Amino acid sequence: MANPRKIYLDNNSTTPCDPRVVEAMLPYFYEVPGNAASRNHPFGWAAEEAVSVAREQIADLIGVEEKEIIFTSGATEADNLALKGVFEMYKRKGNHIITVKTEHKAVLDSCAKIEKMGGEVTYLDVDRKGRLNLEELEAAIKDTTILVSVMWANNETGTIQDMKAIGDICEKHGVLFMSDATQAVGKIKTHPKEVGVHLMAFTGHKMYGPKGVGVLFVNRKKPRVKVTAQIDGGGHERGMRSGTLNVPAIVGMGKAAAIAKAEMEQDAARVSKLRDKLEKELSANLEEVYLNGDIDNRMPHVTNLSFKHVEGEGLMMTFNENIAVSSGSACTSASLEPSYVLIALGLGDDLAHSSIRFSLGRFTTEEEVDLAIAALTKGVSHMRDLSPIWEMYKEGIDLDAVEWSEH
Amino acid sequence: MAYSNQLLDHFKNPRNVGTLDKENKNVGTGLVGAPECGDVMRLQIQVSDEGVIEDAKFKTFGCGSAIASSSLATEWLKGKSVEDALKIDNMAIVEELALPPVKIHCSVLAEDAIKSAIKDYKEKNA
Repeated sequence: MANPRKIYLDNNSTTPCDPRVVEAMLPYFYEVPGNAASRNHPFGWAAEEAVSVAREQIADLIGVEEKEIIFTSGATEADNLALKGVFEMYKRKGNHIITVKTEHKAVLDSCAKIEKMGGEVTYLDVDRKGRLNLEELEAAIKDTTILVSVMWANNETGTIQDMKAIGDICEKHGVLFMSDATQAVGKIKTHPKEVGVHLMAFTGHKMYGPKGVGVLFVNRKKPRVKVTAQIDGGGHERGMRSGTLNVPAIVGMGKAAAIAKAEMEQDAARVSKLRDKLEKELSANLEEVYLNGDIDNRMPHVTNLSFKHVEGEGLMMTFNENIAVSSGSACTSASLEPSYVLIALGLGDDLAHSSIRFSLGRFTTEEEVDLAIAALTKGVSHMRDLSPIWEMYKEGIDLDAVEWSEH
Repeated sequence: MAYSNQLLDHFKNPRNVGTLDKENKNVGTGLVGAPECGDVMRLQIQVSDEGVIEDAKFKTFGCGSAIASSSLATEWLKGKSVEDALKIDNMAIVEELALPPVKIHCSVLAEDAIKSAIKDYKEKNA
Protein backbone atom coordinates (compact mmCIF):
# COMPACT_ATOMS: atom_id res chain seq x y z
CA MET A 1 0.00 0.00 0.00
CA ALA A 2 1.18 3.47 -0.84
CA ASN A 3 0.00 4.98 2.42
CA PRO A 4 2.47 4.13 5.16
CA ARG A 5 0.25 5.47 7.91
CA LYS A 6 -0.80 2.86 10.43
CA ILE A 7 -4.54 2.58 10.93
CA TYR A 8 -5.85 1.21 14.20
CA LEU A 9 -9.28 -0.42 14.02
CA ASP A 10 -8.78 -2.75 16.98
CA ASN A 11 -10.03 -0.54 19.79
CA ASN A 12 -11.86 -3.43 21.47
CA SER A 13 -8.46 -4.97 22.19
CA THR A 14 -7.22 -1.80 23.77
CA THR A 15 -7.64 1.90 23.16
CA PRO A 16 -4.84 4.40 22.85
CA CYS A 17 -4.39 6.42 26.02
CA ASP A 18 -5.86 9.88 25.41
CA PRO A 19 -3.06 12.49 25.53
CA ARG A 20 -5.12 14.44 28.09
CA VAL A 21 -5.06 11.34 30.28
CA VAL A 22 -1.30 10.95 29.93
CA GLU A 23 -0.85 14.59 30.90
CA ALA A 24 -3.00 14.15 34.00
CA MET A 25 -1.00 11.09 35.06
CA LEU A 26 2.52 12.47 34.66
CA PRO A 27 2.85 14.37 37.97
CA TYR A 28 2.01 11.21 39.90
CA PHE A 29 5.19 9.39 38.93
CA TYR A 30 7.73 11.83 40.40
CA GLU A 31 6.26 15.04 41.76
CA VAL A 32 3.54 13.33 43.79
CA PRO A 33 5.15 9.99 44.64
CA GLY A 34 3.20 9.10 47.79
CA ASN A 35 1.43 5.94 48.82
CA ALA A 36 -2.28 6.67 49.16
CA ALA A 37 -2.32 4.57 52.31
CA SER A 38 0.30 6.74 54.08
CA ARG A 39 -1.92 8.65 56.44
CA ASN A 40 0.70 10.66 58.31
CA HIS A 41 2.48 12.90 55.84
CA PRO A 42 1.68 15.22 52.95
CA PHE A 43 3.03 12.82 50.30
CA GLY A 44 0.42 10.30 51.30
CA TRP A 45 -2.30 12.93 51.63
CA ALA A 46 -1.66 14.22 48.11
CA ALA A 47 -1.83 10.70 46.68
CA GLU A 48 -4.98 9.94 48.66
CA GLU A 49 -6.57 13.16 47.43
CA ALA A 50 -5.74 12.28 43.82
CA VAL A 51 -7.27 8.82 44.22
CA SER A 52 -10.34 10.33 45.80
CA VAL A 53 -10.84 12.70 42.85
CA ALA A 54 -10.48 9.79 40.42
CA ARG A 55 -12.95 7.73 42.43
CA GLU A 56 -15.45 10.56 42.18
CA GLN A 57 -14.91 10.93 38.43
CA ILE A 58 -15.45 7.23 37.85
CA ALA A 59 -18.44 7.04 40.20
CA ASP A 60 -19.91 10.02 38.40
CA LEU A 61 -19.56 8.37 34.99
CA ILE A 62 -21.55 5.31 36.07
CA GLY A 63 -23.92 7.01 38.48
CA VAL A 64 -22.81 5.38 41.75
CA GLU A 65 -21.24 6.47 45.06
CA GLU A 66 -17.47 6.77 45.43
CA LYS A 67 -17.42 4.17 48.19
CA GLU A 68 -18.79 1.63 45.72
CA ILE A 69 -15.68 1.81 43.53
CA ILE A 70 -13.06 -0.89 44.25
CA PHE A 71 -9.83 -0.43 42.32
CA THR A 72 -8.17 -3.51 40.84
CA SER A 73 -5.45 -4.20 38.30
CA GLY A 74 -7.94 -4.50 35.46
CA ALA A 75 -11.21 -6.01 34.35
CA THR A 76 -9.91 -9.59 34.52
CA GLU A 77 -9.13 -9.18 38.20
CA ALA A 78 -12.43 -7.40 38.78
CA ASP A 79 -14.31 -10.30 37.10
CA ASN A 80 -12.39 -12.81 39.21
CA LEU A 81 -13.09 -10.85 42.39
CA ALA A 82 -16.80 -10.50 41.64
CA LEU A 83 -17.41 -14.15 40.76
CA LYS A 84 -15.12 -15.91 43.21
CA GLY A 85 -15.72 -13.27 45.87
CA VAL A 86 -19.51 -13.67 45.68
CA PHE A 87 -19.21 -17.46 45.55
CA GLU A 88 -17.14 -17.53 48.73
CA MET A 89 -19.18 -14.89 50.53
CA TYR A 90 -22.60 -16.38 49.73
CA LYS A 91 -21.87 -20.08 49.52
CA ARG A 92 -23.97 -20.81 52.58
CA LYS A 93 -26.91 -19.35 50.71
CA GLY A 94 -26.28 -21.34 47.55
CA ASN A 95 -23.67 -22.51 45.08
CA HIS A 96 -25.34 -21.88 41.73
CA ILE A 97 -24.23 -19.23 39.24
CA ILE A 98 -25.79 -18.47 35.86
CA THR A 99 -23.77 -17.00 33.03
CA VAL A 100 -23.68 -16.98 29.23
CA LYS A 101 -21.62 -18.90 26.68
CA THR A 102 -20.41 -15.73 24.98
CA GLU A 103 -18.82 -14.20 28.08
CA HIS A 104 -15.17 -13.20 28.15
CA LYS A 105 -12.67 -15.83 29.29
CA ALA A 106 -12.13 -13.88 32.51
CA VAL A 107 -15.70 -14.82 33.44
CA LEU A 108 -15.81 -18.30 31.89
CA ASP A 109 -12.49 -19.40 33.36
CA SER A 110 -13.43 -18.01 36.77
CA CYS A 111 -16.67 -20.00 36.54
CA ALA A 112 -14.71 -23.14 35.62
CA LYS A 113 -12.59 -22.62 38.72
CA ILE A 114 -15.72 -22.15 40.82
CA GLU A 115 -17.05 -25.46 39.50
CA LYS A 116 -13.87 -27.11 40.73
CA MET A 117 -14.44 -25.44 44.09
CA GLY A 118 -17.86 -27.10 44.39
CA GLY A 119 -20.00 -24.56 42.59
CA GLU A 120 -22.60 -25.27 39.93
CA VAL A 121 -22.66 -23.10 36.84
CA THR A 122 -25.30 -22.83 34.11
CA TYR A 123 -24.09 -21.48 30.76
CA LEU A 124 -26.96 -19.98 28.79
CA ASP A 125 -27.13 -20.10 25.00
CA VAL A 126 -27.61 -16.99 22.88
CA ASP A 127 -29.64 -16.44 19.75
CA ARG A 128 -28.30 -15.71 16.26
CA LYS A 129 -27.77 -12.08 17.27
CA GLY A 130 -25.92 -12.91 20.46
CA ARG A 131 -28.70 -12.12 22.93
CA LEU A 132 -29.77 -14.43 25.68
CA ASN A 133 -33.35 -15.64 26.02
CA LEU A 134 -35.00 -14.05 29.06
CA GLU A 135 -37.36 -16.97 29.61
CA GLU A 136 -34.46 -19.41 29.63
CA LEU A 137 -32.69 -17.20 32.13
CA GLU A 138 -35.68 -17.09 34.44
CA ALA A 139 -36.20 -20.84 34.11
CA ALA A 140 -32.58 -21.46 35.06
CA ILE A 141 -32.91 -19.65 38.39
CA LYS A 142 -33.39 -22.01 41.33
CA ASP A 143 -33.27 -21.93 45.13
CA THR A 144 -29.50 -22.28 45.19
CA THR A 145 -28.83 -19.53 42.63
CA ILE A 146 -26.76 -16.72 44.11
CA LEU A 147 -25.56 -14.81 41.05
CA VAL A 148 -26.34 -14.06 37.42
CA SER A 149 -23.38 -12.80 35.39
CA VAL A 150 -24.06 -11.25 31.97
CA MET A 151 -21.72 -9.02 30.04
CA TRP A 152 -23.10 -5.62 29.10
CA ALA A 153 -21.71 -5.63 25.56
CA ASN A 154 -19.83 -8.37 23.76
CA ASN A 155 -16.22 -7.80 22.82
CA GLU A 156 -16.39 -9.62 19.48
CA THR A 157 -19.77 -8.62 18.11
CA GLY A 158 -20.68 -5.51 20.13
CA THR A 159 -24.09 -7.04 20.93
CA ILE A 160 -25.69 -5.31 23.92
CA GLN A 161 -27.84 -7.41 26.24
CA ASP A 162 -31.23 -6.27 27.55
CA MET A 163 -29.74 -5.29 30.90
CA LYS A 164 -32.88 -3.81 32.45
CA ALA A 165 -34.97 -6.88 31.68
CA ILE A 166 -32.28 -9.16 33.13
CA GLY A 167 -31.98 -6.92 36.19
CA ASP A 168 -35.75 -7.12 36.73
CA ILE A 169 -35.68 -10.92 36.63
CA CYS A 170 -32.81 -11.00 39.13
CA GLU A 171 -34.64 -8.65 41.45
CA LYS A 172 -37.84 -10.67 41.23
CA HIS A 173 -35.97 -13.78 42.36
CA GLY A 174 -33.65 -12.07 44.82
CA VAL A 175 -30.38 -13.05 43.16
CA LEU A 176 -27.38 -10.83 42.64
CA PHE A 177 -26.64 -9.50 39.16
CA MET A 178 -23.08 -8.98 38.01
CA SER A 179 -21.94 -7.56 34.69
CA ASP A 180 -18.62 -7.47 32.88
CA ALA A 181 -19.09 -4.05 31.30
CA THR A 182 -15.54 -3.72 30.01
CA GLN A 183 -16.55 -2.95 26.43
CA ALA A 184 -19.42 -0.64 27.32
CA VAL A 185 -18.23 1.74 30.04
CA GLY A 186 -17.14 5.09 28.70
CA LYS A 187 -18.67 4.41 25.30
CA ILE A 188 -22.38 4.13 26.07
CA LYS A 189 -24.38 4.95 29.19
CA THR A 190 -23.77 2.25 31.78
CA HIS A 191 -25.54 3.07 35.03
CA PRO A 192 -25.70 -0.17 37.03
CA LYS A 193 -28.25 1.13 39.51
CA GLU A 194 -30.74 1.99 36.79
CA VAL A 195 -30.80 -1.55 35.47
CA GLY A 196 -30.36 -3.50 38.69
CA VAL A 197 -26.69 -4.48 38.35
CA HIS A 198 -25.06 -5.05 41.76
CA LEU A 199 -21.48 -5.70 40.66
CA MET A 200 -19.84 -4.31 37.54
CA ALA A 201 -16.33 -4.88 36.23
CA PHE A 202 -14.50 -2.60 33.82
CA THR A 203 -11.03 -1.37 32.94
CA GLY A 204 -9.11 1.79 32.14
CA HIS A 205 -7.51 0.74 28.89
CA LYS A 206 -10.72 0.24 26.94
CA MET A 207 -11.88 3.79 27.65
CA TYR A 208 -8.79 5.72 26.57
CA GLY A 209 -7.15 5.37 29.97
CA PRO A 210 -4.02 3.44 30.95
CA LYS A 211 -3.53 -0.32 31.22
CA GLY A 212 -3.06 -1.91 34.62
CA VAL A 213 -6.06 -0.42 36.38
CA GLY A 214 -9.66 -1.54 36.60
CA VAL A 215 -12.69 -1.22 38.79
CA LEU A 216 -15.24 -3.45 40.42
CA PHE A 217 -18.37 -1.55 41.35
CA VAL A 218 -19.94 -3.18 44.42
CA ASN A 219 -23.42 -2.06 45.45
CA ARG A 220 -23.50 -0.83 49.06
CA LYS A 221 -27.19 -0.38 49.83
CA LYS A 222 -30.32 -2.31 48.96
CA PRO A 223 -28.79 -4.77 48.78
CA ARG A 224 -25.51 -4.41 50.62
CA VAL A 225 -23.20 -6.63 48.61
CA LYS A 226 -19.96 -8.02 49.93
CA VAL A 227 -17.29 -10.05 48.23
CA THR A 228 -14.56 -12.13 49.85
CA ALA A 229 -11.16 -10.66 49.03
CA GLN A 230 -9.11 -12.71 46.60
CA ILE A 231 -5.88 -10.84 47.29
CA ASP A 232 -4.95 -10.51 50.94
CA GLY A 233 -2.65 -7.95 52.44
CA GLY A 234 -3.06 -4.47 53.87
CA GLY A 235 -6.84 -4.40 53.72
CA HIS A 236 -7.08 -1.68 51.10
CA GLU A 237 -10.29 -0.89 49.25
CA ARG A 238 -12.58 -1.57 52.21
CA GLY A 239 -10.91 -4.92 52.75
CA MET A 240 -11.99 -6.24 49.37
CA ARG A 241 -8.73 -5.78 47.47
CA SER A 242 -5.39 -5.39 49.15
CA GLY A 243 -2.38 -3.89 47.44
CA THR A 244 -0.86 -0.44 47.17
CA LEU A 245 -3.02 1.67 44.90
CA ASN A 246 -1.60 2.34 41.44
CA VAL A 247 -1.97 6.09 41.85
CA PRO A 248 -0.87 7.32 38.38
CA ALA A 249 -3.06 4.76 36.63
CA ILE A 250 -6.02 5.50 38.89
CA VAL A 251 -5.62 9.23 38.20
CA GLY A 252 -5.54 8.39 34.50
CA MET A 253 -8.63 6.23 34.66
CA GLY A 254 -10.40 9.04 36.54
CA LYS A 255 -9.46 11.56 33.88
CA ALA A 256 -10.55 9.10 31.17
CA ALA A 257 -13.91 8.76 32.93
CA ALA A 258 -14.36 12.53 33.11
CA ILE A 259 -13.57 12.89 29.40
CA ALA A 260 -15.90 10.00 28.54
CA LYS A 261 -18.71 11.55 30.51
CA ALA A 262 -18.33 14.82 28.62
CA GLU A 263 -17.70 13.41 25.16
CA MET A 264 -19.00 9.88 24.77
CA GLU A 265 -22.31 10.88 23.26
CA GLN A 266 -20.75 12.89 20.47
CA ASP A 267 -17.99 10.27 20.03
CA ALA A 268 -20.61 7.55 19.63
CA ALA A 269 -22.60 9.56 17.08
CA ARG A 270 -19.52 10.29 14.98
CA VAL A 271 -18.00 6.84 15.17
CA SER A 272 -21.25 5.00 14.44
CA LYS A 273 -21.55 6.98 11.18
CA LEU A 274 -18.06 5.85 10.19
CA ARG A 275 -18.86 2.26 11.21
CA ASP A 276 -22.03 2.32 9.14
CA LYS A 277 -20.11 3.67 6.18
CA LEU A 278 -17.52 0.92 6.48
CA GLU A 279 -20.22 -1.72 6.65
CA LYS A 280 -22.29 -0.29 3.81
CA GLU A 281 -19.42 0.18 1.40
CA LEU A 282 -17.86 -3.21 2.03
CA SER A 283 -21.23 -4.87 1.51
CA ALA A 284 -21.68 -2.89 -1.72
CA ASN A 285 -18.17 -3.60 -3.03
CA LEU A 286 -18.12 -7.31 -2.23
CA GLU A 287 -20.48 -10.26 -2.56
CA GLU A 288 -21.26 -12.66 0.26
CA VAL A 289 -20.60 -10.40 3.23
CA TYR A 290 -22.40 -11.36 6.45
CA LEU A 291 -22.96 -9.26 9.54
CA ASN A 292 -22.41 -11.06 12.84
CA GLY A 293 -24.27 -9.64 15.83
CA ASP A 294 -27.35 -7.59 16.51
CA ILE A 295 -27.81 -4.61 14.23
CA ASP A 296 -30.49 -3.13 16.54
CA ASN A 297 -28.66 -3.56 19.84
CA ARG A 298 -24.97 -3.07 19.50
CA MET A 299 -22.07 -0.85 20.36
CA PRO A 300 -21.70 2.19 18.11
CA HIS A 301 -18.09 1.55 17.15
CA VAL A 302 -18.04 -2.18 16.36
CA THR A 303 -18.87 -4.31 13.37
CA ASN A 304 -18.10 -7.97 12.85
CA LEU A 305 -18.28 -9.16 9.26
CA SER A 306 -17.69 -12.54 7.62
CA PHE A 307 -16.32 -12.56 4.09
CA LYS A 308 -17.39 -15.94 2.83
CA HIS A 309 -14.74 -18.32 1.43
CA VAL A 310 -11.88 -16.15 2.65
CA GLU A 311 -9.87 -17.16 5.71
CA GLY A 312 -9.51 -14.35 8.25
CA GLU A 313 -5.82 -14.59 9.12
CA GLY A 314 -4.79 -14.80 5.48
CA LEU A 315 -7.01 -11.83 4.68
CA MET A 316 -5.47 -9.78 7.49
CA MET A 317 -2.01 -10.57 6.14
CA THR A 318 -2.87 -8.70 2.94
CA PHE A 319 -3.07 -5.41 4.82
CA ASN A 320 -1.76 -5.89 8.35
CA GLU A 321 1.39 -3.90 7.78
CA ASN A 322 -0.84 -0.84 7.78
CA ILE A 323 -4.21 -1.76 9.24
CA ALA A 324 -4.99 -3.43 12.54
CA VAL A 325 -8.20 -5.42 12.95
CA SER A 326 -8.86 -8.82 14.51
CA SER A 327 -10.39 -12.09 13.38
CA GLY A 328 -12.38 -14.97 14.84
CA SER A 329 -10.40 -17.34 12.68
CA ALA A 330 -8.74 -20.29 14.36
CA CYS A 331 -5.42 -19.34 12.85
CA THR A 332 -5.28 -16.23 14.98
CA SER A 333 -5.66 -18.18 18.19
CA ALA A 334 -3.28 -20.51 19.96
CA SER A 335 -6.01 -23.12 20.34
CA LEU A 336 -6.64 -23.48 16.57
CA GLU A 337 -10.36 -23.30 17.30
CA PRO A 338 -12.48 -20.57 15.73
CA SER A 339 -14.15 -17.99 17.95
CA TYR A 340 -16.40 -19.63 20.55
CA VAL A 341 -18.47 -16.46 20.60
CA LEU A 342 -19.35 -16.69 16.91
CA ILE A 343 -19.94 -20.43 17.20
CA ALA A 344 -22.39 -19.72 20.06
CA LEU A 345 -24.28 -17.39 17.70
CA GLY A 346 -24.80 -20.41 15.48
CA LEU A 347 -22.33 -19.50 12.76
CA GLY A 348 -20.80 -22.42 10.92
CA ASP A 349 -17.09 -22.90 11.49
CA ASP A 350 -16.45 -21.71 7.93
CA LEU A 351 -18.07 -18.30 8.54
CA ALA A 352 -16.31 -18.00 11.89
CA HIS A 353 -12.98 -18.57 10.13
CA SER A 354 -13.93 -15.81 7.70
CA SER A 355 -14.79 -13.17 10.27
CA ILE A 356 -13.14 -9.81 10.81
CA ARG A 357 -13.89 -7.52 13.74
CA PHE A 358 -13.52 -3.81 13.16
CA SER A 359 -13.57 -1.71 16.31
CA LEU A 360 -13.31 2.00 15.67
CA GLY A 361 -12.49 4.59 18.27
CA ARG A 362 -12.26 8.19 19.34
CA PHE A 363 -9.24 8.80 17.16
CA THR A 364 -10.48 7.05 14.01
CA THR A 365 -10.84 9.42 11.05
CA GLU A 366 -13.00 9.16 7.95
CA GLU A 367 -9.86 9.06 5.80
CA GLU A 368 -8.70 6.00 7.72
CA VAL A 369 -12.05 4.29 7.23
CA ASP A 370 -11.85 5.02 3.50
CA LEU A 371 -8.38 3.49 3.34
CA ALA A 372 -9.61 0.44 5.26
CA ILE A 373 -12.54 0.00 2.88
CA ALA A 374 -10.15 0.09 -0.09
CA ALA A 375 -7.69 -2.32 1.53
CA LEU A 376 -10.39 -4.79 2.56
CA THR A 377 -12.03 -4.72 -0.83
CA LYS A 378 -8.71 -5.42 -2.51
CA GLY A 379 -7.69 -8.02 0.06
CA VAL A 380 -10.94 -9.99 -0.09
CA SER A 381 -10.92 -9.97 -3.90
CA HIS A 382 -7.31 -11.16 -3.94
CA MET A 383 -7.97 -13.93 -1.43
CA ARG A 384 -11.03 -15.06 -3.36
CA ASP A 385 -8.94 -15.27 -6.54
CA LEU A 386 -6.72 -17.63 -4.55
CA SER A 387 -9.58 -19.58 -2.98
CA PRO A 388 -10.58 -22.94 -4.46
CA ILE A 389 -13.86 -22.92 -2.56
CA TRP A 390 -14.74 -19.49 -3.94
CA GLU A 391 -14.10 -20.90 -7.43
CA MET A 392 -16.28 -23.93 -6.66
CA TYR A 393 -18.99 -21.69 -5.23
CA LYS A 394 -18.90 -19.58 -8.39
CA GLU A 395 -19.21 -22.74 -10.51
CA GLY A 396 -22.37 -23.56 -8.61
CA ILE A 397 -20.96 -26.55 -6.74
CA ASP A 398 -22.79 -27.30 -3.49
CA LEU A 399 -19.96 -27.13 -0.97
CA ASP A 400 -22.00 -28.94 1.66
CA ALA A 401 -22.26 -31.93 -0.66
CA VAL A 402 -18.48 -32.18 -1.15
CA GLU A 403 -16.73 -34.90 0.81
CA TRP A 404 -13.95 -32.99 2.53
CA SER A 405 -10.93 -34.65 4.05
CA GLU A 406 -11.19 -33.33 7.58
CA HIS A 407 -7.87 -33.04 9.28
CA MET B 1 3.33 -13.50 14.94
CA ALA B 2 6.33 -12.51 12.85
CA TYR B 3 6.74 -14.62 9.74
CA SER B 4 9.93 -15.28 7.78
CA ASN B 5 10.75 -13.29 4.66
CA GLN B 6 10.46 -16.45 2.55
CA LEU B 7 6.95 -17.05 3.84
CA LEU B 8 5.91 -13.45 3.31
CA ASP B 9 7.35 -13.51 -0.21
CA HIS B 10 5.31 -16.59 -1.14
CA PHE B 11 2.24 -15.05 0.46
CA LYS B 12 2.57 -11.70 -1.28
CA ASN B 13 3.74 -13.10 -4.61
CA PRO B 14 2.17 -16.52 -4.76
CA ARG B 15 3.63 -18.66 -7.57
CA ASN B 16 1.51 -20.71 -9.95
CA VAL B 17 -1.96 -19.65 -8.86
CA GLY B 18 -4.60 -21.05 -11.13
CA THR B 19 -6.56 -23.93 -12.48
CA LEU B 20 -5.65 -26.77 -14.84
CA ASP B 21 -8.24 -28.73 -16.75
CA LYS B 22 -9.06 -31.53 -14.35
CA GLU B 23 -10.63 -33.60 -17.17
CA ASN B 24 -7.27 -33.76 -18.98
CA LYS B 25 -5.74 -37.24 -18.70
CA ASN B 26 -2.31 -35.76 -17.94
CA VAL B 27 -3.60 -33.63 -15.06
CA GLY B 28 -3.76 -34.85 -11.48
CA THR B 29 -5.85 -32.92 -8.95
CA GLY B 30 -5.59 -33.04 -5.17
CA LEU B 31 -8.20 -31.33 -3.00
CA VAL B 32 -7.46 -31.60 0.70
CA GLY B 33 -8.63 -29.94 3.89
CA ALA B 34 -12.11 -28.72 4.78
CA PRO B 35 -13.79 -25.29 5.00
CA GLU B 36 -14.77 -25.99 8.64
CA CYS B 37 -11.10 -26.48 9.50
CA GLY B 38 -10.17 -23.17 7.96
CA ASP B 39 -8.01 -24.51 5.15
CA VAL B 40 -8.64 -26.11 1.79
CA MET B 41 -5.85 -26.69 -0.75
CA ARG B 42 -6.29 -27.63 -4.34
CA LEU B 43 -3.06 -28.62 -6.04
CA GLN B 44 -2.82 -29.74 -9.65
CA ILE B 45 0.00 -31.21 -11.70
CA GLN B 46 0.34 -31.66 -15.43
CA VAL B 47 2.63 -34.57 -16.33
CA SER B 48 4.45 -35.11 -19.62
CA ASP B 49 4.44 -38.44 -21.41
CA GLU B 50 7.94 -38.95 -20.00
CA GLY B 51 6.55 -38.72 -16.47
CA VAL B 52 7.93 -35.26 -15.70
CA ILE B 53 5.78 -32.61 -14.02
CA GLU B 54 5.62 -29.81 -16.58
CA ASP B 55 3.22 -27.55 -14.78
CA ALA B 56 1.71 -27.18 -11.33
CA LYS B 57 -1.05 -24.87 -10.13
CA PHE B 58 -2.74 -24.25 -6.82
CA LYS B 59 -5.55 -22.44 -5.14
CA THR B 60 -5.77 -22.32 -1.37
CA PHE B 61 -8.34 -21.10 1.13
CA GLY B 62 -6.47 -20.59 4.34
CA CYS B 63 -4.05 -18.62 6.42
CA GLY B 64 -0.81 -17.11 5.22
CA SER B 65 1.19 -20.24 6.03
CA ALA B 66 -1.20 -22.47 4.08
CA ILE B 67 -0.98 -20.24 1.03
CA ALA B 68 2.81 -19.99 1.23
CA SER B 69 3.17 -23.78 1.73
CA SER B 70 1.11 -24.56 -1.35
CA SER B 71 2.86 -21.90 -3.43
CA LEU B 72 6.24 -23.36 -2.47
CA ALA B 73 5.03 -26.88 -3.22
CA THR B 74 4.09 -25.95 -6.79
CA GLU B 75 7.49 -24.38 -7.27
CA TRP B 76 9.25 -27.53 -6.10
CA LEU B 77 7.04 -29.82 -8.17
CA LYS B 78 7.81 -28.28 -11.54
CA GLY B 79 10.48 -30.22 -13.41
CA LYS B 80 10.44 -33.15 -11.01
CA SER B 81 9.58 -36.68 -12.00
CA VAL B 82 6.43 -38.03 -10.41
CA GLU B 83 8.50 -40.42 -8.33
CA ASP B 84 10.77 -37.64 -7.03
CA ALA B 85 7.72 -35.50 -6.26
CA LEU B 86 6.47 -38.21 -3.92
CA LYS B 87 9.61 -37.74 -1.84
CA ILE B 88 8.80 -34.12 -0.94
CA ASP B 89 8.54 -34.10 2.82
CA ASN B 90 6.50 -31.65 4.84
CA MET B 91 9.49 -30.92 7.10
CA ALA B 92 11.38 -29.51 4.12
CA ILE B 93 8.54 -27.01 3.69
CA VAL B 94 8.65 -26.21 7.41
CA GLU B 95 12.37 -25.49 7.14
CA GLU B 96 12.24 -23.47 3.96
CA LEU B 97 9.43 -21.21 5.21
CA ALA B 98 10.48 -21.30 8.89
CA LEU B 99 6.93 -22.20 9.87
CA PRO B 100 6.15 -21.72 13.54
CA PRO B 101 5.05 -24.88 15.42
CA VAL B 102 1.33 -24.02 15.32
CA LYS B 103 1.53 -23.82 11.54
CA ILE B 104 3.20 -27.17 10.85
CA HIS B 105 -0.18 -28.63 9.90
CA CYS B 106 -0.12 -26.30 6.86
CA SER B 107 2.97 -28.11 5.54
CA VAL B 108 1.36 -31.48 6.25
CA LEU B 109 -1.63 -30.37 4.22
CA ALA B 110 0.66 -29.36 1.34
CA GLU B 111 2.34 -32.78 1.40
CA ASP B 112 -1.11 -34.40 1.44
CA ALA B 113 -2.12 -32.26 -1.53
CA ILE B 114 0.94 -33.35 -3.52
CA LYS B 115 0.30 -37.04 -2.76
CA SER B 116 -3.37 -36.69 -3.54
CA ALA B 117 -2.68 -35.02 -6.90
CA ILE B 118 -0.20 -37.74 -7.86
CA LYS B 119 -2.63 -40.44 -6.81
CA ASP B 120 -5.30 -38.89 -9.01
CA TYR B 121 -2.88 -38.72 -11.95
CA LYS B 122 -1.83 -42.33 -11.47
CA GLU B 123 -5.39 -43.58 -11.23
CA LYS B 124 -6.25 -41.80 -14.46
CA ASN B 125 -3.30 -43.41 -16.21
CA ALA B 126 -3.38 -46.83 -14.67
